[in-house]
Amino acid sequence: MIADFAWIRPEPHGIHVVPADSWIDPSQPVERALVTHGHADHARGGHGQTVATPATLAIMDLRYQTKNGLPAEYGETIRLAGGVDVTYLPAGHVLGSAQILLEHAGERVIVTGDYKRRADPTCPPFLPTPCDIFITEATFGLPVFVHPPIAGEMAKLRTVLAENPDACVLVGAYALGKAQRVIAELRAHGHHDPIYLHGALEKMCRLYEDFGINLGELRLVSEAKKDDLRGHVVVCPPGALNDRWSRRLPDPITAMASGWMRVRQRARQRNVELPLIVSDHADWCELTDTIAEVNPHETWITHGREEALLRWCQLNQRRARALALVGYEDEDD
Amino acid sequence: MQDFAALVDRLVYTRSRNGKLDRIADYLRSTADPDRGWALAALTGALSFAAVKSSTIRNLLMERVDPVLWNLSRDFVGDTAETASLLWPDPAYDVPPPPSLSEAVETLDRMTRASALSELPKLLDRLDPPGRYALLKLATGAMRIGISARLAKLAFAQAFDVRVEDVEEYWHGLAPPYEALFAWAADGAEPPDTGNMPLFRPFMLAHPLEDARVDLADYAAEWKWDGIRVQLVHAGGETRLYSRTGDDITGSFPEMAEALPFACVLDGELLVRGSHQGGEANERIQGGAASFNALQQRLGRKTVSKAMREQYPAFVRLYDALIVEDEDLRELPWEDRRRRLEALLPRLPQDRFDLSSTVEAADFEELTRIRASARDDAIEGLMLKRRDSPYVAGRRVGLWYKWKRDPLLVDCVLMYAQRGSGKRSSFYSDYTFGCWDGDPDQGAELLPVGKAYFGFTDEELKKIDHYVRQHTTNRFGPVRETDKSLVFEVAFDSVHESKRHKSGLAMRFPRIHRIRWDKPAEEADRIDALRALVRD
Repeated sequence: MIADFAWIRPEPHGIHVVPADSWIDPSQPVERALVTHGHADHARGGHGQTVATPATLAIMDLRYQTKNGLPAEYGETIRLAGGVDVTYLPAGHVLGSAQILLEHAGERVIVTGDYKRRADPTCPPFLPTPCDIFITEATFGLPVFVHPPIAGEMAKLRTVLAENPDACVLVGAYALGKAQRVIAELRAHGHHDPIYLHGALEKMCRLYEDFGINLGELRLVSEAKKDDLRGHVVVCPPGALNDRWSRRLPDPITAMASGWMRVRQRARQRNVELPLIVSDHADWCELTDTIAEVNPHETWITHGREEALLRWCQLNQRRARALALVGYEDEDD
Repeated sequence: MQDFAALVDRLVYTRSRNGKLDRIADYLRSTADPDRGWALAALTGALSFAAVKSSTIRNLLMERVDPVLWNLSRDFVGDTAETASLLWPDPAYDVPPPPSLSEAVETLDRMTRASALSELPKLLDRLDPPGRYALLKLATGAMRIGISARLAKLAFAQAFDVRVEDVEEYWHGLAPPYEALFAWAADGAEPPDTGNMPLFRPFMLAHPLEDARVDLADYAAEWKWDGIRVQLVHAGGETRLYSRTGDDITGSFPEMAEALPFACVLDGELLVRGSHQGGEANERIQGGAASFNALQQRLGRKTVSKAMREQYPAFVRLYDALIVEDEDLRELPWEDRRRRLEALLPRLPQDRFDLSSTVEAADFEELTRIRASARDDAIEGLMLKRRDSPYVAGRRVGLWYKWKRDPLLVDCVLMYAQRGSGKRSSFYSDYTFGCWDGDPDQGAELLPVGKAYFGFTDEELKKIDHYVRQHTTNRFGPVRETDKSLVFEVAFDSVHESKRHKSGLAMRFPRIHRIRWDKPAEEADRIDALRALVRD
């Protein structure tokens, strides 16, 4: 028997936790926001109070000077007004990312935010947790999206680097999460040379280091001479890949670290020469396996390719519905 | 097959032309016969396998993947072969090693429509996703990876350090896997003998004149006819008709093949008799040609009925002579070639050939006035040819210009948008637009009048795509219906009566000229305004 769950309502600009008058990842300023992670389409400034993990609050502070943050450690339960208990659980997406477990009147709801199941040296792994309603993302919710093991992608990058000692490999990577993960994975795969950064990535990398993530020797492109960059990895935000900025680099080979690189034309649209399929989101198998593992009474699907995941749920006799939330973008994952 | 698949992927991701040349040349040097020949044929679109169609692939996948998930995936990826390569399930048995490219080609060649349903899966099972992608692209003959035949020939010339002109000449007479071509270029054997073959020679093309002016002392003017540019080749007792791209279209126009009685290579416009372009044949303007619409009835037919030949009689309006009997005229100035062409005309049947007449004008101003009047005569515009220009392949600056008449413009309302494919997959880039069938304030409706998918920049595409997503009222698979609030200024060359559209009109060469973000939809044009421009 499925309970009513009238206390939790998907609205166009966020998920409303009615008794606590709180909103999860709202796209408009609200009195109290429960934020899953620091990406701009989930974490916005201007809320009265923001509940998030300490790392997410630090990230938001860097971007918006967030005031009145209420830190929630992983696993710690916070009692909100109206008798709603919230617990932040690791989501494995980026530093500080969390699923939010909501408990009210004996009913359990989990909002995953963005998540993945692959190992990531920059954040603790997703913790599967039983619940009645599982509200999942669906960014890569199509069966064509199967992210390959990261070791192969890092090997591709290092091979191209070794074959082109006079060039540099310019890796476009989302400024929060992907950039630091690529750097940490390169270190884990034996790349110990200095890695050069676009200026826009510096503060976030330092923040990761403050949270104990070792990124090895980082240098700024702006402080390097052109010839110093030959044979090295340069990391920049995706927007800078085809920007005037990249003209200062010595014969850059354009790479991009993103789950979208699985589709050739997506890579071509970005003028990418070396596509690296590295995603911080669950791929199709992770999405479907996680639903099966968590085994909720009902699955609600938020942003991404809802239709296909909804279809999978139907084919597998699982109750599901797609929510029409606005304001979430296909970020440059 | 994996080496070929790796080449295909490298080409997909290589931006620069020189980079592509290097990669193809490397492959050709490092690969043995016959694989390298098959690869060359595949890259240039010279291979086709009747047994495997896009629908074959779709049907095979529908048996293995949920149809709804297949359709959603195909719609997102924008390419059937790529979607299939990603969704193909890994085999649950021990598979033989991947096939070589030649084995794959031979297997595909043996397949029938029926056997493909069991044979193609066996090949796919032996390959990884990039291998499957390359195989399916190869099988359907649609590589579409930005490699023109010209580029492949340049790469071949670069790989073995031979002249590209020689490659082009020898190439056309040979069939894949081109072993004689490789033997000549790579191993120093005698060049293939092509003297007696009806070979295609690359066309000489024109640049748009735009705002430039020319001196008529240096340039001759001709009408620009709206048919298909063709090359007629008679050699070794055989006649072939080639289109701009070098496709052999002889089969659709047998009367032209019968009409050429001696060895030569001629350049002209393929037309159908009529009075649409320039009126009946006359002194002032050389008329006598039907509209492109009439010619279209004859295109792409494998067999042509007698009735068809009589209703739409084809002829060629000659522009140039490249080779006459054994003499190559291509190095001669245009004026000399023109005289040779005029002298040739009495030897040709008059019902099948005439000469594209020159347009006489005292100066550029008078020519401008003559061009302006071309609209009334339903002529596409003018060609300007440098009097001393040799006949050279491709588009050489300063030799030939096309000077089309100004386009017609009409304001239309965006009605439907469809996702593009290829580079524009995931963007709503194909637009259907309409005009009002009366006064919008009195409840008039929009009727579709055309469809266009170019004329805008990448930046504009992003904005329109965003607009479409924000203004969707209905979805039909890859198509979205909009709230009909955005006005496009559409440019087109002409408009014709047509039964295909509800509006009864069809545009020729429509393209988005400007996006009128500022204009209210009610102020777009009405069907009547468009109908007034019909010159049929």
